[in-house]
Amino acid sequence: MIVGKQKPLEEIWDMVKGYRKILVFGCNTCVAVCHEGGNKEAEILGSLLRMKAKQDGVDTEIKTGGIERQCEHEYFEKAVGDIEGVDAVLSIACGAGVQFLGEKFPGKTALPGLNTTFIGVVDAPGEFSERCIMCGDCILHLTGGICPITRCSKSLMNGPCGGSNKGSCEISPDVPCAWHLIHDRLKSQGNIGLIQAYIPAKNWTTSRDGGPRKQVREDMRMEKETVAGQAA
Amino acid sequence: MSVLRSGSNLEKVLKAGHFALTGECGPPKGANVEHLKEKGTHLVGIVDCVNVTDNQTAVVRMSSWAASLILMQIGLEPNFQMVCRDRNRMAMQSDILGVYSHGVRNILCLSGDHQKFGNHPESKNVFDLDSMQLIHLVRTMRDDGKFLNGEDIDVRPKLFIGAAANPFAEPCEFRVHRLAKKIAAGADFIQTQCIYNMERFREFMKQAVDMGLHEKCYILAGLTPLKTLGMARYMAKSVPGMDVPDSLIQRLEGAGKGKVAEEGIKITLEQIEEFKEMEGIAGIHLMAIEWEHRVPEIAERAGLLPRPKV
Repeated sequence: MIVGKQKPLEEIWDMVKGYRKILVFGCNTCVAVCHEGGNKEAEILGSLLRMKAKQDGVDTEIKTGGIERQCEHEYFEKAVGDIEGVDAVLSIACGAGVQFLGEKFPGKTALPGLNTTFIGVVDAPGEFSERCIMCGDCILHLTGGICPITRCSKSLMNGPCGGSNKGSCEISPDVPCAWHLIHDRLKSQGNIGLIQAYIPAKNWTTSRDGGPRKQVREDMRMEKETVAGQAA
Repeated sequence: MSVLRSGSNLEKVLKAGHFALTGECGPPKGANVEHLKEKGTHLVGIVDCVNVTDNQTAVVRMSSWAASLILMQIGLEPNFQMVCRDRNRMAMQSDILGVYSHGVRNILCLSGDHQKFGNHPESKNVFDLDSMQLIHLVRTMRDDGKFLNGEDIDVRPKLFIGAAANPFAEPCEFRVHRLAKKIAAGADFIQTQCIYNMERFREFMKQAVDMGLHEKCYILAGLTPLKTLGMARYMAKSVPGMDVPDSLIQRLEGAGKGKVAEEGIKITLEQIEEFKEMEGIAGIHLMAIEWEHRVPEIAERAGLLPRPKV
């Protein structure tokens, strides 16, 4: 899932205080799981901003709301009224959600209330960590199911660098060395030969380096008019 | 008949069966050409070639190719270091052609320390290729006359290809296999991380010799004389992948005030004596960090002078 972190309140306040009427708008799927961008968090952030407005004597009206997902057309239907009624929307969705909202309502200013941090997992309640940088060409079958592109600080593909230290990465004792993990996992599975083989230079065109990415499923596409109709 | 891959002095020394001695010279934090030349002067005629570091410890310095050319002017043969942190594959290939065109004949292919340790920790790291892939790239350019994309190179860069090995980093049992992988990728010579734990290093070399790696590649043992107790403790505690045994620190402590540096040199000399006899070791890589002026004395006392003319 996508993990995010709310921006500091002061930064958000600087963004919104110039508007007469704003909507703090949650996204109740990915970023709700990490307790940062869901509809509940929108309510709480809204209250904090109202207190801030009162403290500073600023006349900004702050409303709250949210939908299940800010990255798909259909979920916006029930929120059109809320959005139309304000000057700016402070979205606490991921960066995709904020942009999609802005595209759907070009007359409204879409503001980011959250920093999109990574694609990750829930290690334990309240703990989240990164697993995938979306390089577009998965090699987990070669590396014991542990991604060195994401989890090695240098994205090395051919084994641990000289900085691997007692199972930790050279950048911090708190960061596991991905290649140490890969080595141990493959060894326990009797597959160590996989990392004794040379892995050639990566093709990064499938990653962000190839430019903004888009994919189309022809069999699932609808007529252009219908999509345009939804977007309106 | 010449079967030399690069014709570098280092290659010729090693090929002739001499016990090699390489040094190191870090470029200045600025454009201080005179200071660089002054440091380099101490090594002229003393070492077979000198490593020119590439933004070492992720601190920005004069570029390693520029410093290599300056050191050539005073009569040193550079071992041009290239790290994967700061260049993508395009910059790497053009720099490889560039240094070769100016007469550089040795290259050392490294991952590079993470930028977190340096003076621009907020920078974006590149790591388009890793050190293994960089070794393979240089070999492909030299032996196949091809760029990484398969296009032809008109004049090939004939470089002697070096790589690093750290026998002390973890997971230890994989280290010799990583060395084998670097040799298979194209490394002609290896310079190891600074060695302090001789017991572990002997074990590592035994594994390497058992696998026949010393017959496929020249292995140079890395040494850094300990100048002070502070340095020894810092190396032991704070430098990742460094193994400084307590017994060595105790020996330095026992040396007494004002005598630690001499004790450090004595330890280095004892190590060199053992390396001269150790199976699979083809020479010494002496990294006397900011101590270039002591290298002639160490080389002399180690019986490594005069250097062979090949």
